[in-house]
Amino acid sequence: MKIRWKVKRSRPVDMSEKRKNGADNLVEFHEVKKWFPLQQGLLDSIFSRGNEENVRAVDGVSFNIRRGEVFGLAGESGSGKSTIGRLALRLLETTEGTVCFDGIDLSTLKHEELRHLRRRMQVIFQDPMAALSPRMTIGEAIAHPLMIHYPEEKKNKRQRVEEVLEHVGLTPPSTFYDKYPHQISGGQRQRIVVARALITRPELILADEPIAMADVSVRALLLDLMKRLKDEFNLTYLFITHDLATAKYICDRIAILYLGKLAELGPLEAVYRNPQHPYTRALLAAVPVPDPDFRRTEPLPRGEIPSPINPPPGCAFHPRCPIAQEICKQELPRMLPISGQPDHLVACHLRSGDYQQLDPEHQPEQA
Amino acid sequence: MRETLYSIRNLTVDYHTRLGNLRAVDNVSLDIQRGEILGLVGESGCGKSTLGKALLRMIQDPGEISNGELWFNGLGRNWYDGSNLMDLSDAQMREVRGKSISMIFQDPMTSLNPVQKIVDHLTETIQTHEPTVSNKAARARANELVVRLGIRDERINDYPHQLSGGMRQRVMIALALSLNSDLIIADEATTSLDVIVEAQFLDILRNLCVEFDLTILLITHNIGIVAQMANRVAVMYAGRLAELGEVHDVFKRTLHPYADGLLKAVPNILMDEDELYKMEGSPPNLIAPPPGCRFHPRCPRVMEICSQRVPPLVEQGEQHYTACWLYEDSLESEEVAAS
Repeated sequence: MKIRWKVKRSRPVDMSEKRKNGADNLVEFHEVKKWFPLQQGLLDSIFSRGNEENVRAVDGVSFNIRRGEVFGLAGESGSGKSTIGRLALRLLETTEGTVCFDGIDLSTLKHEELRHLRRRMQVIFQDPMAALSPRMTIGEAIAHPLMIHYPEEKKNKRQRVEEVLEHVGLTPPSTFYDKYPHQISGGQRQRIVVARALITRPELILADEPIAMADVSVRALLLDLMKRLKDEFNLTYLFITHDLATAKYICDRIAILYLGKLAELGPLEAVYRNPQHPYTRALLAAVPVPDPDFRRTEPLPRGEIPSPINPPPGCAFHPRCPIAQEICKQELPRMLPISGQPDHLVACHLRSGDYQQLDPEHQPEQA
Repeated sequence: MRETLYSIRNLTVDYHTRLGNLRAVDNVSLDIQRGEILGLVGESGCGKSTLGKALLRMIQDPGEISNGELWFNGLGRNWYDGSNLMDLSDAQMREVRGKSISMIFQDPMTSLNPVQKIVDHLTETIQTHEPTVSNKAARARANELVVRLGIRDERINDYPHQLSGGMRQRVMIALALSLNSDLIIADEATTSLDVIVEAQFLDILRNLCVEFDLTILLITHNIGIVAQMANRVAVMYAGRLAELGEVHDVFKRTLHPYADGLLKAVPNILMDEDELYKMEGSPPNLIAPPPGCRFHPRCPRVMEICSQRVPPLVEQGEQHYTACWLYEDSLESEEVAAS
């Protein structure tokens, strides 16, 4: 039985007046917060009015994603990296702050306007089996976003799908068109998800742990594919990962998140070679190195990432930090550039800003 | 040379599926030595988890161990030490599980009872296998273990959901240690942990190994963990062993083309290169695997013989084994002579 999938078409909208002029950055986050209210019973919510507890998933984050770059977002589970990804596409509403896409403040858009903008942003998630409907053929799945955003392409549907299948390396494309997701391998499924993201010719792709489920040998192929497509289609990636070793092969810049706040941000080379924040150092040192001759010398921080419900005051990392000082417990560190490198920002009192002389590893002659 | 703790001989595990017979483990022979950490690596579906479960005879319907011997050489504390576990009845096998061989799985939350306190898990385990131990003594032992693993002793009265992921996994280790198991099988035990917690956990495990002289079979897809933890490595592909040897030999003098590709495809945070090695193709369907060496359709160094005959696992250096025709010069020349 052939299922006819209903599509709700998006209508063209003119948004030129909403666009700020001179936006070099494709995505801009300005002091963005996303708090999730803690689920409470009715009585609790009546009696605790005014001091409700929140999960502070994202707690004041600012950064820009430049056109054409791969912007990595790394951190442990619960650091808020996926929430930021969703905020970038307005799959979630911000609690505070603004998110701009191509100079347009996403929160000002009406439903229809947002739908129209969505053709320029697409998502790739971790689990391709969950992202693909098991009852939809691959051809239908890939064509679905095209039918929503470009209904006039209906006549060329098959041709457009086969084109994009070829781009993601599934050849000959006609053999895949009528297959179902369970009939192909895991690596091929992820390529289908990539193809579906590409068919509306987006500018931004949010890749949320796109290769975490893939096996080692498939991983390299998928990374390579993503890099190639980026050049072919002029894409910008927001690449979310917990795997710093993999991020190294694709990201241009990387942001390290800890408990909903940025800890460090900079060009990948700079952050990996010269990590400033003690958390970044720990994170990089903890990655197991596939070389039996190598042994880690950097000590690990104690304990685990605390709850985002009542994060520690001051710098959220201070209870685990090996070099924490009194100031770290009291004052929230801001993201500031380290000396001589305006591109490399760190939120640590001892590594940037006014308190650097308190750093036990501080060398005055260098500064 | 260490003494052999567990000797697996010609182990074959079949899953009888609707689509046909799936041979997940095919004629694997492997010795686990006392006091070592043996890393078992391979991609998903290569049979590494099935092998781990088979060591405890935990293969469930529609699967079965269709052939093989499992010689367990414990220290003689238990009556079954030195016997073939395949000869034991199901009831007898239950005695072995937990007492001599323990297993730690990926997700501790599914292994721990959500309505039972940590202390009850531990005392129950101890008293089930050693019924003579008093409540008080069992509790004291539980306390000691938990503290040894770096969990504050008041947390012992918590329920599993109150602990963090790393602590839960440490409780699993405590359960395994509570009975002084000879062998611990850790199946992707750190996969659900974050990288710092994972490193902490591995540090603890490494220290325990020395302290308690543990033997661990470390099943993982994470090559980095094996490099950092294991004494020896076994690489599996499509149900068979491809390579086996000391960790240094396997990583630095890799023999099998599959093992070589696998190691090269692993991202290394310390290396400067910006391209990863790409292995073409994907692992075969084990219901209808390719004939001969199962890696031959993907192998960059494939020869004629590879598609015709199964390569045996042969020693190619001191304690370094591989199943690949590339290293079988003698065999090949014999064949030429015979024809």
